[in-house]
Amino acid sequence: MNTFEYAPAPESAALVDIKSQYGLFINGKFVAPKAGKTFTTINPANEEVLAKIAYAELADVNLAVTAARNAFTKTWSKMPGAERGKYLFRIARILQERSREFAVLETLDNGKPIRETRDTDIPLAAAHFFYHAGWADKLSYAGQGDNPKPYGVAAQIIPWNFPMLMLAWKIAPALATGNTVVLKPAETTPLTALLFAEVCQQAGLPAGVVNIVTGDGATGSHLVNHPGVDKVAFTGSTGVGKAIAKAIAGTKKSATLELGGKGANIVYDDAPIDEAVEGIVSGIFFNQGQVCCAGSRLLVQENIEDELLEKLKKRISLIRVGNPMDKNTDLGAINSSAQLARIKELADSGDIEGAQRWSPNCVLPSSGFWYPPTIFTGVSQSHRIAREEIFGPVLSVLTFRTPGEAIEKANNSPYGLSAGIWSDKGSRILWTAKKLRAGVIWANTFNKFDPASPFGGYKESGWGREGGRHGLAGYLKGDN
Amino acid sequence: MRIDVMKTYKLFINGNFPRSESGRVYEILDSKGKFLANPCNGSRKDLRESVVAARNAHNGWSSATAFNRGQVLYRVAEIMQGRIDQFVAEIVAQEGATPASAKIQVQSAIDTWVWYAGWCDKIDSISGSTNPVSGPFYNFSIPESLGVVAIFADSKPSLLNLVSALAPVIATGNTAILIASEKQPLCAITLAECLATSDVPAGVVNVLTGSIDQFVTWVGSHMEIDGVDATGLSKKDLVEIKELGSENLKRVHSFNEAKSTKRMASFMETKTVWHTVGI
Amino acid sequence: MNSTLLADKSEASLKRFLSTLSPVDQVGATSRVEALATRSIKTSSKNWAIDLAIRMVDLTTLEGADTPEKVRALCAKGVYPDPTDLTVPSVGAICVYNDMVKIARTALDAGGGKDIPVAAVATAFPSGRASIEVKIQDTKDAIANGASEIDMVIDRGAFLSGKLGLVFEQIEIIKGLCGDNAHLKVILETGELVTLDNVRRASYLAMLAGADFIKTSTGKVAPAATAPVVYVMLEAVRDFYKMTGTKIGVKPAGGIRTTKDAIKQLVLVNEVAGPEWLDPSLFRIGASALLNDLLMQRMKMRDGHYASPNYVTLD
Repeated sequence: MNTFEYAPAPESAALVDIKSQYGLFINGKFVAPKAGKTFTTINPANEEVLAKIAYAELADVNLAVTAARNAFTKTWSKMPGAERGKYLFRIARILQERSREFAVLETLDNGKPIRETRDTDIPLAAAHFFYHAGWADKLSYAGQGDNPKPYGVAAQIIPWNFPMLMLAWKIAPALATGNTVVLKPAETTPLTALLFAEVCQQAGLPAGVVNIVTGDGATGSHLVNHPGVDKVAFTGSTGVGKAIAKAIAGTKKSATLELGGKGANIVYDDAPIDEAVEGIVSGIFFNQGQVCCAGSRLLVQENIEDELLEKLKKRISLIRVGNPMDKNTDLGAINSSAQLARIKELADSGDIEGAQRWSPNCVLPSSGFWYPPTIFTGVSQSHRIAREEIFGPVLSVLTFRTPGEAIEKANNSPYGLSAGIWSDKGSRILWTAKKLRAGVIWANTFNKFDPASPFGGYKESGWGREGGRHGLAGYLKGDN
Repeated sequence: MRIDVMKTYKLFINGNFPRSESGRVYEILDSKGKFLANPCNGSRKDLRESVVAARNAHNGWSSATAFNRGQVLYRVAEIMQGRIDQFVAEIVAQEGATPASAKIQVQSAIDTWVWYAGWCDKIDSISGSTNPVSGPFYNFSIPESLGVVAIFADSKPSLLNLVSALAPVIATGNTAILIASEKQPLCAITLAECLATSDVPAGVVNVLTGSIDQFVTWVGSHMEIDGVDATGLSKKDLVEIKELGSENLKRVHSFNEAKSTKRMASFMETKTVWHTVGI
Repeated sequence: MNSTLLADKSEASLKRFLSTLSPVDQVGATSRVEALATRSIKTSSKNWAIDLAIRMVDLTTLEGADTPEKVRALCAKGVYPDPTDLTVPSVGAICVYNDMVKIARTALDAGGGKDIPVAAVATAFPSGRASIEVKIQDTKDAIANGASEIDMVIDRGAFLSGKLGLVFEQIEIIKGLCGDNAHLKVILETGELVTLDNVRRASYLAMLAGADFIKTSTGKVAPAATAPVVYVMLEAVRDFYKMTGTKIGVKPAGGIRTTKDAIKQLVLVNEVAGPEWLDPSLFRIGASALLNDLLMQRMKMRDGHYASPNYVTLD
């Protein structure tokens, strides 16, 4: 060999013991679904079946909500915050202990690289529990009055892009504030949530405080519409988010919604250009671009477009696409065939509407769901790829001349979740940050997350915030 | 004997007092059933004009300094103080209140307005935060105005309810479309006259009168309205506006209390900014 | 000097050029380096990397207490790093103080190392604090004694106080002395430059003035060859090549002691400057202890168990 080809460095799948079949986690125990229906979950990197999963129907959802209600009234709402907090600390610690197991399982079920699950998803999930554990006995400082109260039973529905991290974003604040939970993981990625159920058992969490029901959109709908639910928390598409908002309009349920985005990543001509290139890459290729806050619209100042694109293409050519279990893989599998079809359809619309497509030479595996890193140049505001959320490794490049034009283009979207700013000039960064209508703004960085940092969108990107002091508001009824 | 000069109650859109483009009015009676006025029956197009005005005014109003907004709001209270008698007369006529209790309501409304005026340059300190993230980043969260907010204030006590809803919305940099109580709209128009003669920029507050049922439908489905204070709506109207509002995920809130930070925070969005810390 | 990038050699035009360089965000650069440090290099690629790293080592001794015997032993080791295994390649160069150059050259020539260059640290190493006349004589001596690589230090005081013209001029003079006889490595002493912006500017200044290599450190100042510094220098040579068509080498020195460190450096080279820099003519590692660790790891890869330091020679 005369070039530096990295030999395969696969993480061992044997680190985790996957059962052939999983039940529903209701009232502290795994139980079979009433109607006995199951579905399978597969490894999207090779389409092999990983396990059979219980399919929850209305009867099962009834049981789960009842268990959560009982746990709320009988134990959880009566327990002092300090004691609740200790359960959360326990969970955080067990997640840290078993982090490699979770990372491997997440990678197998989701298709994302082990480097990301190991270094980002799972450590952050544990950090979320640790952070919220400390809030449990300090809720009078949460800004919701002196004696804020939990809603009761929270119905939580999470997506497949960060299964375990989104579980943590949902369950940790709910439990810290004294709510009990029925959580439905995504149909294609239920395994880490079911492993988390084991963690609840190991932590000795009282039965019924956390219940996990697996299924599809119909299961989620039963849960959202259940009269025993007081609070709905949903992360997913804007379409479903709107449907949930409509469905609960006639009820007293309160909702937190984390929905779609079409994040603008603005690069000014004085930007630290090499770091901007890295930020653009992490903005759109982190997690295969299946990120609601992805920097999917690159807005580059016209006078540096050529230089930036050349550097960007060179950098993208280095992205290692392939086996997600390989520790050197940068870009893994797309989560499902349905998602792959959506990415293809939208990217193809870019060709049809006249944008120029570029991808590096890369060999994609023959089985599983894959899409190469792709950028489109010559994109205009009206193109579908500049407006619709692709949720894949596809970047649309637009240019601007003046800061004002950058803002106009960035804000010209029904979404308002995230944005990036790259510049060396402090006053320009703050001016831009102020003008952008987005809930999370990264300046000279991108796709950073932290339990202490509120996350959530303006406009049609959602309702409410998750994380930080602000995130507690979604789970507390103020006393004023 | 002198004949009183009667007042023509008009809409308030973009700083002007037009009649409804529909040309329609409806009759309102006082608490004893006597003719009181013919306020405008605002149309869908009047709402549209108001939203355009509010949207255009939003950038300037929200980027005015908080201190400046506080002064403008305080100026409104000064003007209201000078109109106490008129407000009292309208409340007595519409609500059947005694002059003494009407006066207490007006004074309380003015004091509430002053309370919110003082919040303009303080709410960010209460609602914002710096966040200790793990890593070399400076991270802070600041509240920002939501945008255009429609207000359905509760009818009685009419002036106090108007103020409790309107002041927090505009104190935080939003612009507003105030839908007056259908049966008791007079204080809303008089309040608009106070706003017009203080330093509130045109379009920041727009006041419409007419059929609540119709406005619920129009407001709910208008895609450029970002939030709704639905405190004055019936259960049925509330459900309708939430259902229609789901199409652009309007923030719809109702409140029990006249004065609270929640009334302000509910119509603000939290923006979190990360910046690298290095040399 | 590279005439395509500079209008002239005046301080004003140097400043103007350096001001066109993009700033570096320290956090972003560091996080990229940290991500690259997680590359897992196993089996065949590890074998390849270890041998390449050995060929890139500038085996160095720069102590006041250096003796001719020590230098001769170092040379012997540089030629045959593991006398029991002749498949181990020779190192990239032997790096010594000026007065040891002749001893090293003689030892190498006599010991089968005719092709191994001797590098001399020159120009009032390590501080660079001497008159230009002294620096010129220092360099002339080294070349006369058989050094074919000159590792010169820049005047950091001049650089930090903004006297870019002075720094540029001194490099140019030394480059003129090297001519075709010696390669010039310019030591930036990045530990004293402190910021990555300074590292980038100093890299360009050295390249514009004629450096064949840019080198991080003397080894006498901490921190030395930190990964972010090497990263920024690799970006500089990559971008300079694009601007001028000239490939400049990079030499981290100081603090690289283990095979793991060395392989991380090679990953940086591979993914930042590009695979064409993975050659001793364009990348060197200034080190002394590193060689033994590379040898031990090589034994481990060959024998399947961990080696003992008792089986590699001290120097």
